[in-house]
Amino acid sequence: MTITLLVEQLFHGLQSGVSLFLLAAGLTLILGSMNVVFLAHGSQLMVGAYAAATLIAWSGSFWLGVGLAILVCVVLGAMLEYLLVRHFYARDHMDQVLVSFGIILMANEAVRMLFGSGSLYVDVPASLASFVTILPGLPYPLYRLVVIAVGLGVFIGLYVLLRHTRLGALIRAATDNSTMTASLGINTAWLRRVIFSLGAALAGLAGMLLAPLVAVAPGMGEPLLIQSLVVIIIGGIGSVGGAFVAAMLIGVVDTLGRVMLPSLLRLLWDGAVADAAGPALAAMLIYIVMAGVLLLRPTGLAGRQA
Amino acid sequence: MKKILALAGLVGSLCLMAGASQAQSDSVKIGYLTTLSGPAAIIGEQMQNAARLALDHRGGRLGGLPAEIVFADDQRKPDAARQAVTRLLQRERVDMVAGVIWSHVLLAVAKQVTASDRLLLSSNAGPAQLAGAGCHPNFFSLSWQNDQNSEAMGGYMQSIGVKSVYLLAPNYQAGKDILAGFKRQFGGEIVAEVYTQLGQTDFQAEFSAVRAADPEAVFIFQPGGMGINFIKQWKQGGMDRVSDLYSVFTVDAISLPALREAALGTRATQNWSPDLATDMNRRFVADYKARHGNYPSFYAAQAYDTIMAIDYAIGEAGTKDTAALRRVLARGDIPTTRGVLKMNRNHFPIQDFYLREAVLDSDGVATTKIVDTVFADHADSYAGECRF
Repeated sequence: MTITLLVEQLFHGLQSGVSLFLLAAGLTLILGSMNVVFLAHGSQLMVGAYAAATLIAWSGSFWLGVGLAILVCVVLGAMLEYLLVRHFYARDHMDQVLVSFGIILMANEAVRMLFGSGSLYVDVPASLASFVTILPGLPYPLYRLVVIAVGLGVFIGLYVLLRHTRLGALIRAATDNSTMTASLGINTAWLRRVIFSLGAALAGLAGMLLAPLVAVAPGMGEPLLIQSLVVIIIGGIGSVGGAFVAAMLIGVVDTLGRVMLPSLLRLLWDGAVADAAGPALAAMLIYIVMAGVLLLRPTGLAGRQA
Repeated sequence: MKKILALAGLVGSLCLMAGASQAQSDSVKIGYLTTLSGPAAIIGEQMQNAARLALDHRGGRLGGLPAEIVFADDQRKPDAARQAVTRLLQRERVDMVAGVIWSHVLLAVAKQVTASDRLLLSSNAGPAQLAGAGCHPNFFSLSWQNDQNSEAMGGYMQSIGVKSVYLLAPNYQAGKDILAGFKRQFGGEIVAEVYTQLGQTDFQAEFSAVRAADPEAVFIFQPGGMGINFIKQWKQGGMDRVSDLYSVFTVDAISLPALREAALGTRATQNWSPDLATDMNRRFVADYKARHGNYPSFYAAQAYDTIMAIDYAIGEAGTKDTAALRRVLARGDIPTTRGVLKMNRNHFPIQDFYLREAVLDSDGVATTKIVDTVFADHADSYAGECRF
């Protein structure tokens, strides 16, 4: 394993961490500030990808398509909150999980009815289809670097929003004590709709950025769902900063584990045993990391200690 | 009074039985098991379309008998498949069961159907168990044995003198079987045999490892959405300049609409291709495209062939009796989109395997074209273990 290969794999890890972060940021905000378990963000990712695929094809421009698709995600997110989700705020978590599950099933079927069961075609925009030499002898796809940059930009934007704006102060207040926030005359119904729509937009954005890289198909967000839950648990529920660090950690651990574990194990055992154990252990690695983090910090990296 | 009621009941049930047996002898009812929900529903829908097209091409009659196909969804799950087959056998009282995409689903329902003295006709899955020691007289394959397409690829790459190959397949049984089939025919150096995660979305990390190993060729089995992810990223990552890409069950009419130019030039082995020049295939592909607007996949072709095989068997036997149909099908000579199909002693076809390349057709739509015949009259490796 050369240094170049290691750097390259680190970049792959960061890039997969970014999409996890976008998906987990909304989840952790909604769970942290509203105490609502909403698990259909994988469907919001799918809606983002389909909206982008359709609007890019319609407008002929990647960035115009993505811009319009974000609007679609925000509007659909706000509608979902108003029509359905807000009626379950006072219910217990199990009811909320069931509603989320119902939304996932309905979203998948709705997409199937509108677009068919096959995958849609989306390609990397021509302006970003080139390569950048990040180290001598190491060309890296420009589009993937842009994805990393967008993720960093969103993280900084969210940080500024939460720390340095009035809206951010309200969201933080609601996270600390929503009853007290409401009793101070703050319109928490409106606040919740804003947070929910923001989460929908972030999950949708993850889908849009992934659309040129993966198959745009019904149920495409579900494989990322469990990983994003691992991210918010490691990061500490409600903390955007924690989610960012955790997403990068999971992205890098998962990527490096997948590539390096089988060859590391081959040093210990002979081929067949290592070939069987390597992929299995690599698949478990992020959960082992989660268990390790929880052992040391039961409320997550950025969670407040009880 | 009681006696009259009992008698009336008896007469009534006799009438019902007579009615039922009449319906049974005058028409044929086929249970068709496939996946119609979840991420693989696109495959099941294509098979359903093709089976319906076959029945329409025969004017709604198979072998002269009015025919009905009852479709059932296996959800790609063995337990759901067993329930669906129970419903087909007991409530729908079908005369035979056909379809089945997945090997684990087929193995879960095989005994249930074959033990009920009905035929089970596979339109896709061909696990080694059913081809070898676990073969059954009532089971027929209208597709292939699982290892055969990758055997053909191993044989082809051997024949063109490829020296080193890097193998990638998902970490589950079929992934291991496919790579085993490849290695059976390929004698060159296997640089690495990498098992990726089932449902994996990103392959960049694997690509970097491939680039570091610098093999002459890469052979993959990445079915469904995994294949779309893999091939898109392969092209975007500039990997086409690093190594030649060969595949099985990855670049087909299911994935090509989402891949388009990204897949062009990649080569795969398969027993069928849309451009296969038989009359039946030309008609099937043209009518399928006219009706559904896209190319049929090999899954669809095999579903069409399955219904056509039933039509042929009933026509030849003059009855839908299981033993008579079994004798006709075991003889072979079955007209299909792949030409006249021979049957091996384990009831798996003996057929040609082709090298196909992804190309654009005259309308600019991505499809596959046959470039070479790799194996002529290829039989599977398990038939010798089969004893009826």
